[in-house]
Amino acid sequence: MTRLAVPKTYKLYIGGAFPRSESGRTYEIVSAKGAFLANAAKASRKDARDAVVAARAAVGGWSGATAYNRGQVLYRIAELLEGRRAQFVAEIVDAEGVTTAVASAQVDTAIDRWVWYAGWTDKYAQVAGNANPVSGPYFNISVPEPTGVVAIIAPQDSSLLGLVSAVAPALVAGNTVVVVASERLPLSAISLAEVLATSDVPKGVVNVLTGSPAEIAPWLASHQDVNALDLVGAGDLEWIDLQIAAADTLKRVLPPENGPDAAAPSLDRITAFVETKTVWHTKGLI
Amino acid sequence: MSFLEYAPAPESQAILNLRDSYGLFIDGEFREGHGTPFASISPATEKHLATIAHADASDVDAAVAAARRAYDRTWSRMSGADRGKYLFRIARLVQERSRELAVAESLDNGKPIKESRDVDVPLVAAWFFYYAGWADKLDHVGLGAAPAPLGVAAQVIPWNFPLLMLAWKIAPALAAGNTVVLKPAETTSLTALLFAEIVQQADLPPGVVNIITGAGETGAALVGHGDVDKVAFTGSTSVGRAIARSVAGTNKKLTLELGGKAANIVFDDAPIDQAIEGIVNGIFFNQGHVCCAGSRLLVQESIHDEVIDRLKTRLSTLRLGDPLDKNTDIGAINSAEQLERIRELSDVGEAEGAERWTAACTIPENGFWFAPTIFTNVSTSHRIAREEIFGPVLSVLTFRTPAEAVAKANNTPYGLSAGIWTDKGSRILAVADKLRAGVVWANTFNRFDPSSPFGGYKESGYGREGGRHGIAAYLKTSAPTVALPSATARKTVSKGATK
Repeated sequence: MTRLAVPKTYKLYIGGAFPRSESGRTYEIVSAKGAFLANAAKASRKDARDAVVAARAAVGGWSGATAYNRGQVLYRIAELLEGRRAQFVAEIVDAEGVTTAVASAQVDTAIDRWVWYAGWTDKYAQVAGNANPVSGPYFNISVPEPTGVVAIIAPQDSSLLGLVSAVAPALVAGNTVVVVASERLPLSAISLAEVLATSDVPKGVVNVLTGSPAEIAPWLASHQDVNALDLVGAGDLEWIDLQIAAADTLKRVLPPENGPDAAAPSLDRITAFVETKTVWHTKGLI
Repeated sequence: MSFLEYAPAPESQAILNLRDSYGLFIDGEFREGHGTPFASISPATEKHLATIAHADASDVDAAVAAARRAYDRTWSRMSGADRGKYLFRIARLVQERSRELAVAESLDNGKPIKESRDVDVPLVAAWFFYYAGWADKLDHVGLGAAPAPLGVAAQVIPWNFPLLMLAWKIAPALAAGNTVVLKPAETTSLTALLFAEIVQQADLPPGVVNIITGAGETGAALVGHGDVDKVAFTGSTSVGRAIARSVAGTNKKLTLELGGKAANIVFDDAPIDQAIEGIVNGIFFNQGHVCCAGSRLLVQESIHDEVIDRLKTRLSTLRLGDPLDKNTDIGAINSAEQLERIRELSDVGEAEGAERWTAACTIPENGFWFAPTIFTNVSTSHRIAREEIFGPVLSVLTFRTPAEAVAKANNTPYGLSAGIWTDKGSRILAVADKLRAGVVWANTFNRFDPSSPFGGYKESGYGREGGRHGIAAYLKTSAPTVALPSATARKTVSKGATK
């Protein structure tokens, strides 16, 4: 007699907890072959707002942590992802209908991407900042700082790698994130949230919403307490309207990217969500 | 006779030979505009200075086309070393004509000659000199080898530092290999047009720098032009929002330097004499027409009364009057409209319960003037503590602990600048870390340098001007750019059609 499996309930990830959508809504996720996989939570406007509140509350702690500490936490994500490699491979095979080899490559690349970005936390400021030789008795230095809360529309045709490629660089400097996962492929995003929840990532630093990006994105784009908007996965949405909405609060905006190279690893993805602060220190006269 | 009475010492206007009227500077020469010309007046006397051409949409087209030709045929192909040499020429020409430029600036803008002569114009020369040196060193900007210019830059600047803002925009753009179309503010076109003469004297290839004059709709036509690759704007947050909306969905790179409501934080251990001077410089420099002005004084409660007393004493010695007089500290408000805005917000401050104090000084009969004003008993909810007044009006709030100072300083949608006054070095570092502002001055205020990046957090805009960051804003990595999804093309076309 075969054992009856225990399926997982996939919920949202907000403020370090896994709530259902306050709206009570779910939507059916099917495999590439059309078989039922799960009912994912369909996040509402209020869920998005709750996620922003959680993300804002987490900014102080995460941006205030030492760069060394943030690097270790991001590296820890890679460690735990490596341990649950088989689970993610199986999930991707089911959802995307790809071979095990292709799914494995996606998971491996995602793990390596966390490692790559983990190493940037205590280096990017040395590359993006500098001392300035001003004409006067001042010590003048420019340093990059996180911009705050970053809302991300994750790449829509990737279960894990697209999400990781967009979220990891935003975290490097100390931003916190509200990410809307792929609408069709949201299950790995929630499994990743389980990894985050056990990787010493403080609650609220990453918040994952599943559901309809077309429905949720406008609320994030116009939200007064969101500092930046990454539209990397919004190519099929009315993303110009989102950018227009974001202009009202002068959010920093990254445009959509298509194809397998979307959100390719780069320093630019880190510095897109930082602010340069220049401090003039007056020198005493001796 | 009080020590404040003194013999006038006006700077001579003889050095300045203004023409009766100025055309648009397109493709290396002055030409008529197709709009109705407008007058530029002196805000100190309301006297007519010159008639200025008004660029309409067809003039904007012509200017952008000239810039595109110059970009394609000349400027983007020239060696960085030669571009640099042109910029060095411009820096030297600015220095040679510095007194003339300072007189023109004070006449047209209303700022005291000692500021235009000692701050604005020297910084203009420094800005061109600094970026001239970058032109053949772009590999070291931090964007990888051989970064590419963006193309044609549309630049719209405000009236508070007319020539200085021109330099902030044009110098890095040209050094990076872009060509520019610049629109000065409607009330302060003169020095930009004198700069066009300098461009001619430097023998810059035609079309590399184009200067078109006009009002808001001219600027909107320029930033909305389809053949522009970069938009750089300094001005109000509301116009900045409109520009951010208008470039949505395009490939235009955008830099915005917008409004501010800076906190100038004075701790009880501050060097008081320097702090008083710093507070005065912070908000009364350039009549308070400064986006990074220290318009909110946050003073530690224990020294509030002493600071306010000394501030009032100091303000009573400021000389308000003829901008061309070398003794003048406070010049004219730039326009009747701006004066009305300052009056309105000051009246609101009084109506909301803040206590108003105004320095006793004689206001000239003609022109636009506003005496230095301080509001005490201001609370964070008052409009004079939240909105940018852009005039010589200081709102004073108090705090007890450093944490409260930081919380109040950051309690604004703006984030351009801030000041910290204390003798304790470790406190400077800790407070500077927590301030959400792009420029922080410790025991000084309103310092600018071409090597020092300047720009805001939050709704004060994005991008930086000055330093290595400032030139990076006019470059892209030479790696091929990723094509935007096809939705862009569709949407852009439909957007263009509805305008």
